[in-house]
Amino acid sequence: MTQKLVIIGAGMASGRVIEHLLDADPGAYDITLFNAEPRGNYNRIMLSPVLSGEKTYEEIVTHSDAWYAERGITCRFGEHVVKIDREMKVVEGENGHVPYDKLVIATGSAPFIIPVPGHDLPGVISYRDLDDTNAMIEAATKGGKAVVIGGGLLGLEAAAGLKERGMDVSVLHLMGHLMERQLDEAAGYLLRKDLEARGITVKTQASTKAILGEDRAQAVLLESGETLGADLVVMAVGIRPETRLATDAHLDVVRGIEVNAQMQTSAPDVYAVGECVEFGGHLFGLVAPLYDQAKVLADSLLNRPNAFAVKELATKLKVTGCDLFSAGDFAEGEGREDIVFRDPARGIYKRLVIEDDRLIGAVMYGDTADGSWFFGLIKDSTDIEEMRETLIFGPAFQGGASADPLSAVAALPPEAEICGCNGVCKGQITSAIEGGATDLGAIRATTKASASCGTCTGLVEQLLAVTLGDGYAAPQAQPVCGCTHHTHEDVRRLIKSQELKSQAAVWQELGWTTPNGCHVCRPAVNYYLLADWPLEYCDDPQSRFVNERKHANIQKDGTFSVVPRMWGGITTPDELRAIADAADKYDVPKVKVTGGQRIDLLGVRGEDLPAIWSDLNRAGLVSGHAYSKGLRTVKTCVGTDHCRFGTQDSTGLGIKLEKHLWGSWTPHKLKLAVSGCPRNCAEATCKDIGVVSVDSGYEIHVGGAAGMEIKGTELLCKVASEDEAIEVISAMTQIYRENARYLDRIYKWLARVGLDWVKVQIVDDVENRRALAERFQLSQSVYRKDPWAEHAQDSATRARYAPLANLTLKAAE
Amino acid sequence: MNWIDIGHIDDIPPHGARVVKTPVGCVALFRTGAAEVFAADDRCPHKGGPLSEGIVHGQSVTCPLHNWVFDLNTGAAQGADEGRIGTYPVRVDSGRLLIDGDAIGKRSAA
Repeated sequence: MTQKLVIIGAGMASGRVIEHLLDADPGAYDITLFNAEPRGNYNRIMLSPVLSGEKTYEEIVTHSDAWYAERGITCRFGEHVVKIDREMKVVEGENGHVPYDKLVIATGSAPFIIPVPGHDLPGVISYRDLDDTNAMIEAATKGGKAVVIGGGLLGLEAAAGLKERGMDVSVLHLMGHLMERQLDEAAGYLLRKDLEARGITVKTQASTKAILGEDRAQAVLLESGETLGADLVVMAVGIRPETRLATDAHLDVVRGIEVNAQMQTSAPDVYAVGECVEFGGHLFGLVAPLYDQAKVLADSLLNRPNAFAVKELATKLKVTGCDLFSAGDFAEGEGREDIVFRDPARGIYKRLVIEDDRLIGAVMYGDTADGSWFFGLIKDSTDIEEMRETLIFGPAFQGGASADPLSAVAALPPEAEICGCNGVCKGQITSAIEGGATDLGAIRATTKASASCGTCTGLVEQLLAVTLGDGYAAPQAQPVCGCTHHTHEDVRRLIKSQELKSQAAVWQELGWTTPNGCHVCRPAVNYYLLADWPLEYCDDPQSRFVNERKHANIQKDGTFSVVPRMWGGITTPDELRAIADAADKYDVPKVKVTGGQRIDLLGVRGEDLPAIWSDLNRAGLVSGHAYSKGLRTVKTCVGTDHCRFGTQDSTGLGIKLEKHLWGSWTPHKLKLAVSGCPRNCAEATCKDIGVVSVDSGYEIHVGGAAGMEIKGTELLCKVASEDEAIEVISAMTQIYRENARYLDRIYKWLARVGLDWVKVQIVDDVENRRALAERFQLSQSVYRKDPWAEHAQDSATRARYAPLANLTLKAAE
Repeated sequence: MNWIDIGHIDDIPPHGARVVKTPVGCVALFRTGAAEVFAADDRCPHKGGPLSEGIVHGQSVTCPLHNWVFDLNTGAAQGADEGRIGTYPVRVDSGRLLIDGDAIGKRSAA
C-alpha cells in the first residue's frame, strides 16, 4: 500500500532521491516536499554561471513546477518547517501539519558567517542559493567595490562573477594560498596570477577583524589594520550542515546529522541525505557523493539492500579561463614521491603524488585535459610502476605506440565527456556501439553525440574504431543520412548522369528507403536538383529549412528577423526612413547592424512578414537573403571614391557583384567582400570569395571563413579588369554550386578537391571559365529576383503566413 | 466527437503545415506527401519551437530549432530525444478539414 513520505528540503540530493524512487516504483510513496526557498530543485552547481551571466536561472532548473505536478508530488515551497514530532510522526510546517510514515531530512547546509562586528549589516551577504546570487547581481548593477571573504571554490567563483559584472573585486583569504584544501602552493600561485591578471585583488593571510559601516557595510577592517572600501561584502568562508530540526527532534547530531550506510538516522523511520549529514566522520559538499547517497537512500526506502561508501573526489573550478583540477591526497609525507611538470611560459603545472606504486593524488593547473584519466587511476588504485616514466604526460603516452590517438581514446574512463553540447560521455557511446550503432549516423541518432556542433566527430569515429576494431569501416564513405546508402558525391553524380530531374525520380531511381526523405537529405536533394537543372526543376519550398521557406530568419521565440538588401553596403536617407517607418509600424523590438553591413529588424511576427515586405518593397528595398544558403552580402570599403589609399572603385565593384550574384542558391552561405587596397578594410581575406584591389588590378581570393573555424583565403588569381573579375567570380560560384556537398562552405569543399584543381578549371582553362559563367547566368535568369515581392504580392502565398483558423475568437463570443 | 470545419486541405501545401489557434494553444495541421492530415501541438517540448515551420517527411515532422523529430501518429519524439507532443483527431471529408472540438477544448461548433 502507498505510504506517506515527507521530504524536508528540495535540493539536488533529495531531487535525485525522488527521481530514483519514481523510476523504481512510482506507486510506493505519496510524497510531500517542503522547501524553505520559494521554488523547487535547481542545479546549484550552476549558480556561478548565473552570477557571471553565462546562464539564466531558467536554464538551471532541474525540476519545474509542471514536473512535480505531473508526478503527483505535493509541494510546500516557500514554507519553513517548524518542527518534527517523532512521537506523532508528524512534520509541522508553518501552514499546517503533515503526517509521515517515512521522513527524509535534506536541509543541506548553511553558510558559515564569521561572527565579527558588523557581520549583520545590510550589504553583507553569503553565497548559497539563488536569492544570494540575485542579491549579488542586483548589487553589481550599481558597480563599486566588492570584498569577498574566503578564497575557496565558492569565494573565487563569486569573485570572478562579480568582476565579470563590472565590480572592483578583492578576495581575502585567511590561509597562505588560495583553495588550500584542493591545491598545493604552486597551483595556488598560478591561480592567483590568473585572477590578478583579470583585475581581481587577492590578499592571502588576511584575517577579517570587523566590517565597518553606519547603516550598511562600507569597509572591511583587517587584523593588520588595513581598511578596504566595500559596497558589498560576500562571506564565503565555508558551510556547515543545517541540523536545527534534527537537533530539536533529538536525533544524533555531531557536526552533521549522523547516518548509517543506509542513510538512516538514529530514529528508524527518519533518514537524512546530502550536505546536512555526517557519515563516518565525513561531511559532504560536492555533488558526486550526494548522488551516491541519493541512490542508497532510494533503495533503503524501497527495502532494497544498498550501502553508501565514501569515495575519492575530484574538484574543478567553474571560473572561465582558470583550468584547475585536483583529486585525492596531495600532502607531502614520508614514503610519498612527487612527479612534477612545469611549463612556465604557458602557465602549466602538474603534480602527481605516488605512494607504493599507486597514484594517490593529482593537482593540475592550466592543462587539465588528462584529469579524468588520473582520477581513474586514483580511484582504481592502479599499479603505475610500468608507466611511471611517462605517467605525467597522460594517457596518450602510455602503452607502446605513444603517438597513436586511438590509445588515448581507449584510455579514457567511461564517464569522460565526449560531446560537450549534448553532455554525452564515453560510456553512453560505447554502450550504443555495443547495442548495434556501428556508424556515425547511428551514434548521432541514438545518443546525440556529435549531432550539434560536430567538433567531437573525430573522437566519436575513434571510439567506433576502438570498440569495433576491424569491424569498423573507415568513415570516408558516409551516406547522406539514414534514408540512403549513397554519399553526397554519389547522389550528385547520379543526378547528372541519369538525368534525374525531380525528387520522385531521385527517391525511386536511387533506392531511397523512406517515402520522401527526411530533414537531412531532402534539402540537399532539392538543392542538387535546382543547381543542376535550373530550367527543368522547380524549387520546392517544403524541402527547405524554415528560414529559406519564409525568407526570414526564425528566432528562438518563433519570431523572425528581416534584413533588407543594401547593395555593397551602400544606403540612402530614403531607404533608412523606410526601414525606420517599418520598424515603428510593426513594433520591431530590436534594430541591429549586422556584421555584413546591413540592418537587421529582429522580432517580426510571422504573420506580419508579407506586409512589412510590401512596405519595404515600396521604398525599393528587396530581400537581403540573410537567411539563405546563397549569396548573402558583398561587403565593401569606400575605395577610390573617398579613401586616400584606395586603388580601385571597391564599392562600385561590390555593387556590381552583388547585383550579379543575388538570389542564387549555393551549397552553403556565400559571403563576399571587396577591398580597395591591400589594407583590406573590408576584410576580404576571411570571406568565401574576396577581392583585394591593387594598383594593377584585382586579386581574387577564395576559401576564407570566420565562423566556427577561422581561415584565411588563398589566392586564386589576379585579373586586370572589373569584367574579368566578375567572370572569374561567376565561374567560381558556379563550379562550387555544381560540385560541392550541400552544407559545405567553399573552404571545406576546397579541402576535398584542392585549390589546384579549381585553378586548372577556371584560371588556366578560359573556355571552361566562360562556360561556367554562362551556366551561372542561365540559372540566374530564373533565380535573380526578389522572393519578398513574390510572396507579398501573391495572395495565396501571402495567406499561408496567417493562421488557417482562429477558434479562440469564436469561443469568446 | 464534435467535428469543426477549419478549412480545405488545399489550404495546406503538400509536406507543409498551417496553424489553428485554439483554446488549448496553437495546433498545427500537417499535410504529408500522401495527402494525409495530422493535427498536433505547434510547440516542441524541447525549447518551444514552432513545429508548423518544420520539414514534414513521411509521417514525421522535424522541429526547425534543434531538429527533434516527432512521429505525427503518436506524437512521440524519435531517436535519442525523449518527449511527446499532444495529437488531436482530425479528418478530411470531401476535401474539408474537420478537427475534433472536444479534444481542443472547444465545446460547440458555433
